[in-house]
Amino acid sequence: MFFQQLINGIVLGSTYALIALGYTMVYGIIELINFAHGEIYMFGAFVGMTLVTVYQMPFVPAFLLAMALAALLGITVEFFAYRPLRRSSRLAALISAIGASIFLQNLALLVKGARPYSFPSPFASEVYKTSLFTISRVELIILAISFLLMLGLTFLIQKTKIGIAMRATAQDKDTASLMGIDINSVITITFAVGSALGAAAGVMVGVYFRTVTPMMGLMPGLKGFVAAVLGGIGSIPGAMLGGLLLGIAEVMGAAYISSQYRDAIAFAILIVVLLFKPAGLIGRSLQVKV
Amino acid sequence: MISAYYLQIIILAGINIIMAASLNLITGFTGQLSIGHAAFMSIGAYSSALATLALGFPFLPSLLFGAFVAAFFGVLVGVPTLKLKGDYLAIATLGFGEIVRIVFLNLEITGGAVGLRGIPKNTTLLWVIVAVLLTLFVLNRILNSRVGRALIAIREDETAAESMGINTTYFKTLAFGVGAFFAGIGGGLFSHYFRYIHPGSFGFMRSIEHLCMVVLGGLGNMWGSVLGAVALTTIPEFLRASADYRQLFYGAILVIMMRVRPQGLIGERMAGKSFSLGDSILKKLSITKKTGF
Repeated sequence: MFFQQLINGIVLGSTYALIALGYTMVYGIIELINFAHGEIYMFGAFVGMTLVTVYQMPFVPAFLLAMALAALLGITVEFFAYRPLRRSSRLAALISAIGASIFLQNLALLVKGARPYSFPSPFASEVYKTSLFTISRVELIILAISFLLMLGLTFLIQKTKIGIAMRATAQDKDTASLMGIDINSVITITFAVGSALGAAAGVMVGVYFRTVTPMMGLMPGLKGFVAAVLGGIGSIPGAMLGGLLLGIAEVMGAAYISSQYRDAIAFAILIVVLLFKPAGLIGRSLQVKV
Repeated sequence: MISAYYLQIIILAGINIIMAASLNLITGFTGQLSIGHAAFMSIGAYSSALATLALGFPFLPSLLFGAFVAAFFGVLVGVPTLKLKGDYLAIATLGFGEIVRIVFLNLEITGGAVGLRGIPKNTTLLWVIVAVLLTLFVLNRILNSRVGRALIAIREDETAAESMGINTTYFKTLAFGVGAFFAGIGGGLFSHYFRYIHPGSFGFMRSIEHLCMVVLGGLGNMWGSVLGAVALTTIPEFLRASADYRQLFYGAILVIMMRVRPQGLIGERMAGKSFSLGDSILKKLSITKKTGF
């Protein structure tokens, strides 16, 4: 039972981790909570669902195309809602981000209606049993894809030229731009990568729960943010760790404490973390200089 | 006599003025972005309704009871979370709002998802008008006092305010307490007018609606909140056909206003001295400063 819950928590947590990565990357670079990230996740799920069910596309190309289109949406949101506010206050940018999120959510409601769409699983519903737990093929695939994506992201950040540019921009925008880094394109690429990861999570959750709705981005979006804060916002390994821990905590809490308060668990964790360790588990806290 | 339909719009506009003005105290004047204001409204709505239904209070005591319970939670949330700044505070208020909603959804005494019904219809137009005037009067008095100047100083520069001897945590908590108190009044009027409340009445979108009113009228501009509340209550009614687009419109308002007129529709010119909004107001520091990934 315990191990079964642990596995469920890890599967759920790996999708939170993917969402959290989008938040943390954007926050790392422009110090903005990208509220619209949950909607990009929802958009990815819809694109994946439409490609698989309406256009009969195989899963892998549909998955990649959903990531690509979501990346485009992320860039668009950044361009219209965040870029004009880059020089203005943080509060203004935050309000604009909330507005973008509400806008996209309701656009989806208008276009798609409130009813849930079914997302038939493209995978055989095989289940693997061990003495401690059972795991389905979908769950294994989710774990594998999440792992690969996180590995790929780590490689991108640590080893490639654009990754170095991203890290430099996160540390100090002005100095980075003096070193010849085009800040605007770094920000664009950050949004693209973060959004693609969010969309990947969206498609996988859509396949996992077999439904897609316009409102599906709200809660996972918030929880992805909680995961990012838990790990230490701005920290990429932190987002991965935070996502996994949050998924496990949520599943354990639902199983052993109360399933009705499942969604409240994440927020309670958030408030406790913010109060006692606002820099998160891995993040580093620095004194703000005046 | 005004028809019931127009009466309802006017009463709703009045309640929204109270909500927007009290949120403006927190977000516009003190500079603390709260996106869980509906939570205080729901606490006021539920506790005043329960005071009426279960304890048999008359209207005024139950209204005040709801307001004080809301204020209590405002302070309760305020004390620990106000150590947080900027974005973190926004998220913590959002989390608080969700927790309150989920608790109401699961408590037996609040009727769970079904909600509370059969609340007596005690809210009349007169009550609303008096409440609106009192709210605006009290908020105006607060803002034109030492307290108000302290709040605005915190908004402009928290560090500078603190070094001037302003106890920032105390004043921020006070702003949350007072804001929550009036939100509780708004909630009590709401529940005793519509006679039926459920957790869905006070979701995240409700908080966003209040924020929209404040932003549209102008952060840190009390008359702006009145204008924003009246405009966002009445315009969707005139454009009935656009009901589906209402929330889409809210999202667009937030993005466009921040881009085009962050000081709100009324802006600085019409506003009195304490209602003005400097550019610096919106500049906020974050509690942590990251160093790369």
